[in-house]
Amino acid sequence: MTTELPDTTPPDSPSGAAAVEPTFARRVRSRRRIRAEHIRDYGIIVFVLAICVYFSFASPVFLTANNLLNIVYAQTPVGIAACAVTLTIIAGNFDLSLGAILALSEVLGAWVAVHWGIGWFFPVAIISGGVMGLINGLIITKLRVNAFLATLATALAFVGIATGVTGGLLITPTQSAFVFIGQNKAWNTIQYPNFIFLAVAVICQIVLTYTVFGRHLYGVGGNREGARLSGLNVDRIVIMTFVITGLACGLAGMIDASTTGSGSSQVGTTLALDAIAGVALGGTSIFGGVGSVWRTVVGVMMLGIITNGFNLLGVADYWQQIVRGCLIVGAVAVGSVIERR
Amino acid sequence: MSALVESTAPAPVRLVSIGKRYAGTSALDDVSVTIEVGTVHALVGANGAGKSTLGKIIGGVVRADEGEMFVDGEEVRYSTPTEARRDGIATIAQELSLVPEMSVMENVFMGIEPHRRGFVSWRQMRRRYAELIDRSGFDLKADVKVGSLRAADQQKAEILRAVNTDARVIVLDEPTSSLTAVETEQLHTLIRGLRANGTTIVYVSHFLDEVLDLCDTVTVMRNGHVVRTAAAEAETEATLVAGMFGAAVSAEKLDTSAPVHGDVMLEVAGLSRADVLNNIALNVRAGEIVGIAGLVGSGRSELARAIAGADPIDSGTISVAGEERRIKSPADAIDAGIAFLTEERKKDGLFLELSLAANTTFANLGEVSANNMLRRGVERERTRALLGQVGVDPPAPHARAKSLSGGNQQKLVFARWLFCAPRVLILDEPTRGVDVGSRAAIHLLIQRLAADGAAILMISSEIEEVLGLAHRTIVMRRGAVVREFPADPPLNDVMEAAFGLPGSQQ
Repeated sequence: MTTELPDTTPPDSPSGAAAVEPTFARRVRSRRRIRAEHIRDYGIIVFVLAICVYFSFASPVFLTANNLLNIVYAQTPVGIAACAVTLTIIAGNFDLSLGAILALSEVLGAWVAVHWGIGWFFPVAIISGGVMGLINGLIITKLRVNAFLATLATALAFVGIATGVTGGLLITPTQSAFVFIGQNKAWNTIQYPNFIFLAVAVICQIVLTYTVFGRHLYGVGGNREGARLSGLNVDRIVIMTFVITGLACGLAGMIDASTTGSGSSQVGTTLALDAIAGVALGGTSIFGGVGSVWRTVVGVMMLGIITNGFNLLGVADYWQQIVRGCLIVGAVAVGSVIERR
Repeated sequence: MSALVESTAPAPVRLVSIGKRYAGTSALDDVSVTIEVGTVHALVGANGAGKSTLGKIIGGVVRADEGEMFVDGEEVRYSTPTEARRDGIATIAQELSLVPEMSVMENVFMGIEPHRRGFVSWRQMRRRYAELIDRSGFDLKADVKVGSLRAADQQKAEILRAVNTDARVIVLDEPTSSLTAVETEQLHTLIRGLRANGTTIVYVSHFLDEVLDLCDTVTVMRNGHVVRTAAAEAETEATLVAGMFGAAVSAEKLDTSAPVHGDVMLEVAGLSRADVLNNIALNVRAGEIVGIAGLVGSGRSELARAIAGADPIDSGTISVAGEERRIKSPADAIDAGIAFLTEERKKDGLFLELSLAANTTFANLGEVSANNMLRRGVERERTRALLGQVGVDPPAPHARAKSLSGGNQQKLVFARWLFCAPRVLILDEPTRGVDVGSRAAIHLLIQRLAADGAAILMISSEIEEVLGLAHRTIVMRRGAVVREFPADPPLNDVMEAAFGLPGSQQ
């Protein structure tokens, strides 16, 4: 998979008259240019591989299919939210309400599963997430409230509603279908949520790279006024990113409820920050206009791998948190230093 | 008194052979000026003559590339306004730098608050403010919020701040451009008072009547050179205009004399926007280039933005090819076949992080997609062809926009709008910040587009550029169309209309 704008292709030769020496000079020049960009674009992959090698030697369990699948499984809700919020961030906005949307949609999904029947579980969880995203988008574009504050505020409200619905308890539907997706494996090996995560990541990347809408997201995030003057309805595009993020968090909430077998208003408290940490690790600019989904996936997986590896080695939790913090600062700093050169 | 002869009196500011270039184009070249103590010294010139740049160099806002500057006989090299301020030189820019939410007194003492043991001493500040008011004769209440003041009073607050830092030289850059006639007169009274107290004033302006009324010495500039420095009494508005524009020669003069007979493609009637545009009417035929001339603030760019749907309008109609169009957004304008190249291509034109292909096709992605999926191969081919047509070198669809030079970036913006196959093309400063070679290429491109049948409305602050390309020239002043000229009008007539000199009105 390629990023949106791989700058690695050397400029096309203007004519066939290129002599041997200029060709050589061009190759040298492009190789030097690729090196700096490589650190930013692919450095994270090298880093992930390096820690994988380390954990493989340090723990015999790490490099087993089961363990690797478990890492993906554990990161699925964060990963789905992170892939979707990558679109929002590329379009120049921010969403802190990811975890709150997840909590409220899983609570609503569990509630309708109990009261209206299991058939309502999927659609209500997902669509309620989309509605919450729509509310975010409308507040940000129509009321002109800064996205950071708007989603901080709606997050409080969504969690409040979720707690009101559950009364602070768990809602536990008894149908076996409720836990089917979350607790079963295809061919007895791969958890179903892993497929959903993969599908969301692939769809988001395709939308970003190969659709008109995806191109518009880069434009709005890179130069909002330029996008408007090019005839785009910027508000509508921004609202769409929040709806997409909401739908994805609803989906993640559905998976989380199905995995735990219940709907709880207490989940997702760190989801927004974990997801945004993954996006940042992947090198997507918090200021918009630059980034891609596959790198977000790598960032999210890196966080999962560190948690898993440290757990296997019996390293205390607080060390994990310290290392995560340092990694995020390091990744973003490397990116901006390279950008400034 | 003649400032051409070097005076023996101590000159607070003396500039020798100053040069400054921006992106390869020369803004100032071999400029030497001496500012005498206790005078009001005007810098006048057309847009782009370098008068503001010179004022900024004196105030340390901009650093000269060449030449020397002496303050009280000592050579100085300022890199920041703070360094100039230390030598008693304060700059009051066109955009004021006050904090609107704070009081006048707090602004005046910003950064130099009297204090005791880390606490602001309000009593001392109040006493010193009263002294300052006494000394300057300004009537400005200490506790009024700056944001609630009229523009002239905000100017006063800025000047108080300058005086408060014991500024001996104050550079004022277009100080009256946002003031009413009464406020202008008040400001002039203040300046005369400062001069009486021995303060030296550098007054950058294009309002010739003000300059002649207020100043002692005038330096006339043209294209980055000093034409002459002379006593204000020796000048009239006519001599200043002649000095600012010289003999009306234009190297790029092309044959635009043949009238264009195409159908009227763009017709604007009764276009108004409160405080900005006043009842504008104009038309542009297919194949015609119509130039808009006028000073900064005359409403040129605002007119372009209104037609392109970038700014809302209060009243008026816009018709394209005889059909009235409701234009409420840039999308409506694009639908109507109007393309708009803005004056600030970096701020609201280009997507610097995106590829040339993405920049080229952005406003018309429907052309290179099917069912909302981009056809990237088609996009690359179309981009390569268009980049070749407008002359972006190299025409590499993958390269990022930020890797291009200024001239190539401007051509890239052209490519985007040509990709929309517009019927009406509005160009706001199409060659600003562009090197000489690209400039000629862009001029050629504009003419080719007109020859192919586009109706072109072109704005430039370089009057020679407008006159060189346009079949007709419209002159704007204070938001209204004041005159229209056929091809190849005398430069001085156009300038007199733009400056609103008496006798120029029809």
